[in-house]
Amino acid sequence: MAGFTRGFTGKRRDDHGGRLPPGQYDTGSSWPVLSAEITPHIATEGWTFTVDGLVEEPTTWSWDDLQALPHSTYAGDIHCVTTWSKFDMTFTGVSVDVLLAAARPQASATHVLARSHTGYTTNLPLADVTDGKAWVVWEADGEPLKPEHGGPARLLVPHLYFWKSAKWVSGIEVLDHDVRGFWEQNGYHDRGDPWLEQRYHGD
Amino acid sequence: MSVHDETPTARSFRLRLEHPVDHLPGQHYVVRLTAEDGYSASRSYSVASAPDGSGVVELTVELLPDGEVSPFLHDVVEPGDVLEVRGPLGRWFTWDLATPALLVGGGSGVVPLMAMVRAARAAGRPELVRLVVSVRTPDDLYYAAEMAGREVTVAHTRVAPEGDPRPAGRLTTDDLGPVAAGTTVYLCGSGGFVEHASTLLLEAGVDAADIRVERFGPS
Repeated sequence: MAGFTRGFTGKRRDDHGGRLPPGQYDTGSSWPVLSAEITPHIATEGWTFTVDGLVEEPTTWSWDDLQALPHSTYAGDIHCVTTWSKFDMTFTGVSVDVLLAAARPQASATHVLARSHTGYTTNLPLADVTDGKAWVVWEADGEPLKPEHGGPARLLVPHLYFWKSAKWVSGIEVLDHDVRGFWEQNGYHDRGDPWLEQRYHGD
Repeated sequence: MSVHDETPTARSFRLRLEHPVDHLPGQHYVVRLTAEDGYSASRSYSVASAPDGSGVVELTVELLPDGEVSPFLHDVVEPGDVLEVRGPLGRWFTWDLATPALLVGGGSGVVPLMAMVRAARAAGRPELVRLVVSVRTPDDLYYAAEMAGREVTVAHTRVAPEGDPRPAGRLTTDDLGPVAAGTTVYLCGSGGFVEHASTLLLEAGVDAADIRVERFGPS
């Protein structure tokens, strides 16, 4: 259908200086919780994170191992495919670059499949999780990441829709081809760039 | 096509689709509103109707007073208006009309579950589903005229109707009843409701892998 909706003018027009992607709205101070599964409560004792697949050194970190790596912080915005965006968040964790540097992806690597302790998966091009674009984080706005937001640790890929930022992340498999994850098998876009409104297959 | 109120804050919209396509019970549509200057806002709304090949779908929309799309749909949209919709979407929170299903909904979370109940009834298989819906008061119950039958339990958290043997209170494992092996649980509602109900389900011995969740965030 072309054209506009009779009588609709819209409400929130503040695009925060061009920081609001098309079709999104500012959720303000609230941080909505969305997930396809019930919230698991995962202890940090026994928690692990693994990088495997097409790497020279498949590597598993314990919680303490991960904390001992150099920390880094993302300060900026996040965008959920359900159309909310949240501005000016800070997340602290470890850069995926640090993890991949230890595991050393093979030259043929092109994609990754992130996985969670719940069995959730999501696929990403390798280029979207390298060069300072992705983290494994355990702190949001200065507080430990709550279970409903993916704690104790989640993936953070803030330049893509937030379903790519797998909650309760347990590892990354490095691949030489794209393998669809959970939502991607269920109709959502393989890449999920909010600025291109890549919400569903075909966008 | 037509609109009618389910409760003082929930209104159902029957839409005739330009390109008819049957949905799966549990799926949703995205409604996209576009202003004359090109500004647009989109929100997802679950289908409440069973797929019936008619090319008509019913979406139930809860009014969120501070929202952008739901107040427009409630206050401005009239029968005869044309709305841009996209769907049906979502292939996870869907029911196949064959697997035994326990449907647990809080408030507006009953909407996608109602599509499943209606589909089961239309197929002559109401025994495949059991619906447990939690509402604050009798006035908050959607589709009240259809909330009868052995397959439906209504739990009131604040005010129970006169004569209800169940006193008002939060959902309990008694409300959920025994959950047979092989049952898929569809759990839908606010974040707080989902957390409470999932705790009950796990206590009742349901495997987390058998629970499909849809959370209604603010929209």
